[in-house]
Amino acid sequence: MDYNFMLTSIPLYVKAGKLTLEIAFWGIAASLFLGLACALITYYKVRFFDKLVAVYIEVSRNTPLLIQLFFLYYGFAKIGIKFEAYTCAVFGLAFLGGSYMAEAFRAGLEAVSKSQIESGMSIGLTRYQLTRYVILPQAFAIALPAISANAIFLLKETSVVSAIALADLMFVAKDLIGMYYKTPEALILLIVSYLVLLLPISAGLSFLERRVRHG
Amino acid sequence: MKNDASKNVLNVKNLRKFYGTDEVLHGIDLEVERGEVVVVLGPSGCGKSTFLRCLNGLEEIQQGEIQLNGQTINTDATKWHLVRQKIGMVFQSYDLFPHMTILENVLLGPLKAQKRARSEAEEQAEKLLDRVGLLGKKDAYPSQLSGGQKQRVAIVRALCMNPEIMLFDEVTASLDPEMVREVLDVMQELAKQGMTMVIVTHEMGFARSVADRIVFVDGGKIIESSAPEEFFTNPQTDRARKFLNIFEFSAGKEFVQKKAVI
Amino acid sequence: MDDWGIRVIFEGQNFARLIMGLAVSLRIALVSVIVSAVGGVIVGLLMTSNRLIIRWICRLYLEVIRIVPILVWLFAFYFGVTKVFHVHLSAEIASDIVFSLWGIAEMGDLVRGAVTSMPKHQLESGLAVGLTRLQVYRYVVIPQAVRRLLPAAINLLTRMIKTTSLVVLIGVVEVLKIGQQIIEVSILKTPTASFWIYAVIFFLYFIVCWPISLYSKKLERKWQS
Repeated sequence: MDYNFMLTSIPLYVKAGKLTLEIAFWGIAASLFLGLACALITYYKVRFFDKLVAVYIEVSRNTPLLIQLFFLYYGFAKIGIKFEAYTCAVFGLAFLGGSYMAEAFRAGLEAVSKSQIESGMSIGLTRYQLTRYVILPQAFAIALPAISANAIFLLKETSVVSAIALADLMFVAKDLIGMYYKTPEALILLIVSYLVLLLPISAGLSFLERRVRHG
Repeated sequence: MKNDASKNVLNVKNLRKFYGTDEVLHGIDLEVERGEVVVVLGPSGCGKSTFLRCLNGLEEIQQGEIQLNGQTINTDATKWHLVRQKIGMVFQSYDLFPHMTILENVLLGPLKAQKRARSEAEEQAEKLLDRVGLLGKKDAYPSQLSGGQKQRVAIVRALCMNPEIMLFDEVTASLDPEMVREVLDVMQELAKQGMTMVIVTHEMGFARSVADRIVFVDGGKIIESSAPEEFFTNPQTDRARKFLNIFEFSAGKEFVQKKAVI
Repeated sequence: MDDWGIRVIFEGQNFARLIMGLAVSLRIALVSVIVSAVGGVIVGLLMTSNRLIIRWICRLYLEVIRIVPILVWLFAFYFGVTKVFHVHLSAEIASDIVFSLWGIAEMGDLVRGAVTSMPKHQLESGLAVGLTRLQVYRYVVIPQAVRRLLPAAINLLTRMIKTTSLVVLIGVVEVLKIGQQIIEVSILKTPTASFWIYAVIFFLYFIVCWPISLYSKKLERKWQS
């Protein structure tokens, strides 16, 4: 085991880790917005758009991220629309994550009881005020465990973006193995990097879940 | 009692409601004067809760007219959220918003729906909470309160909107017996202060002491409407008599006495 | 849009080859699912064991498998095991192993969840009516556990099928690789081939996974009552 190699490689992994986090962050954020929009459209049965959302969710949940990325990055390039790898990655994560987030939000919205809604109506709130002050806060708290799970899932999925040549953790490890043949060292650092990223985030989200639950 | 319609807070004319082809409310007429306390009694499933919910638009009606202070409120164009500012409703399930403190619960309507100034609304909210003895709980969350306390907060929440009329839908039905009294006391005091109220309840003793008028509903129709003393001692119709008789068993008269305090 | 490009799908053996490639991925998924079904039940039951140490080992196994991305595991097994143990694993075998281990872990967790969420009085009511323990398990516990289990298990199946797409990155010749080969060959004649080929692959995965998830929803609805 070449420990020296591992030590000198650490900065590479740190840099790659930052890129991984960055891509994951934007992907997750975009998927949250997309998911919430889809869930609200479905909940309020907005004509035509709710059908569109339903189709989107089925397509997104039944196709792998890798294929989506290849399609976006290599496929579109040949018909003249060139997406940058970074954009593809965020787009792909958002496309995939949006449907999962939509499902989480939908479950949260539906869990808010009818009598809560009637309570809000009877003090004269408009539908917008009702959604914003009564329904969404409760829906969000209920959906938070699912949202956290989805966020972790998306963070792990970023490993796939190495396939379209983004210098994330996976890519760096592949590179090192290819160049120096230091397979076990590179892999160990890779696994450790993911642990370092995922464990604190996972713990942080659990903490948030507990705080948000006031029963 | 024939009132001058313009003095009435509430005028209901020929209210009919259908669930599909089932008629559940058969042409109900009701007039409520300002400051009057009307108690609606009737057997389970007779439509009294449904009727109450029609008054603030939570249920749709297919025919008839509802007027609040002389203005018809059940038109297609009605902005119900504005009307509901004037009609306070308290539910059996109290339904405080679990993610807000007691004070925030009470202030949500005044601040967001009525767009009042925070200082003024807060002052009123705290005064009302104090009147029901819950000022000390203003920063607590609903999960920390008992059922009776939550129901009292629900009443304050409705009151803080300065409604013209208050509707109470079986508000003590899901409370433990010990807590029923504290809520009824609040309602009694409200009545004494001249609030116009329509109350649906099963608490006979309370009904008798607080009501200005008893309206007896069965099968979606008003069967009898009279002063409380008259209703309880000398019911005019068979159905009313049968209803009151439910509260007399051959055995276990003590159980009866608790609810139908004669 | 160049609609000559779409012809590349129908040229020669292209489509058939794509399907064969998909079959490779599906085989990996199938093998893993079978192994996971068996292994998962075992691990799941182990996780309800009374011995703390057994539960902890299982839990550790589950968490470690889950927290590291599958692609990383594929690399670790394919490149790492070969290097460290000097055993040559083909990419396909490595994939079989990784997916099976993953499936066992996930399935184990599902089984554990299904068993522990069973209300205790189901077992007691069964015994109270005079059934033997075995009969109670057969007629009461297991059917209910299966109902709790099946939607999530089917969901796991679709996830596995989708994830097998990753094996192309450790060199398995499956649908994506074949697609790329077709594109390379057609690149001069039909430059837009890559758009159409990837679109077809996209569509193929959808056609496989969607009916499965529809079926799962149908089951859920049927058992809701």
